[in-house]
Amino acid sequence: MLVNTIHGEMDDSLLEKKEGSIDNDVESTTWVEYWLDGVLVHRSAHVTLKTSPFTTLEAASLG
Amino acid sequence: MANTQSMCTSFLGEVLTATHNFGSAPTRGAATADTFKGALYLVSATINASTTVYSSTGEVTGTNYTAGGVAITNATPPASTNTSSTAGVGYWTPSASITYTNVTLSTAFDTMLMYNSTQSNKAVSVHTFGSQTITAGNFTLTMPSNTTSAALLRLSTT
Repeated sequence: MLVNTIHGEMDDSLLEKKEGSIDNDVESTTWVEYWLDGVLVHRSAHVTLKTSPFTTLEAASLG
Repeated sequence: MANTQSMCTSFLGEVLTATHNFGSAPTRGAATADTFKGALYLVSATINASTTVYSSTGEVTGTNYTAGGVAITNATPPASTNTSSTAGVGYWTPSASITYTNVTLSTAFDTMLMYNSTQSNKAVSVHTFGSQTITAGNFTLTMPSNTTSAALLRLSTT
């Protein structure tokens, strides 16, 4: 598979692949990195938001 | 300095004056939805409930990232649902993920500001996540489900 890198497209067989993830109350995140001779040449991340600002509106009582 | 996830307080007032339009509103000059954008901000920035308008101060910079960010897909108008006889929830969620394609963002960022580019770049909401950098890759923000309990924007009455 070809991977876009800082050197252009490269075959992933030439690269070291590292993956990671975070899953907490705020987000579910995955990322993938490709390294070449100790240099990071590609990093992508995918964040799924779980929480968002929530606003409550209240009507004031009259009288 | 730190970013804080929050509904921008200015937005609350602007909702009441129809400054923002996620759907159609016959009382406005244009009945079409406004254009909303998402801009990314560095961990060192200060984007929070006091933010009233998009600014490039503290915004990420890098290859293939345009100042101001990207347009947010809005194919589904806002909805509202009664949760009881006296309360309800109005909600809206972008209809597609927000993707920054083939970017290199070397300085850590952790915030996306949604703002209304049709209405003078007025701020809508601030969304934070774990610190990220991107190298010749994609950064994708997948939206929560468009429901009363999870939608990206939710206004509730009690």
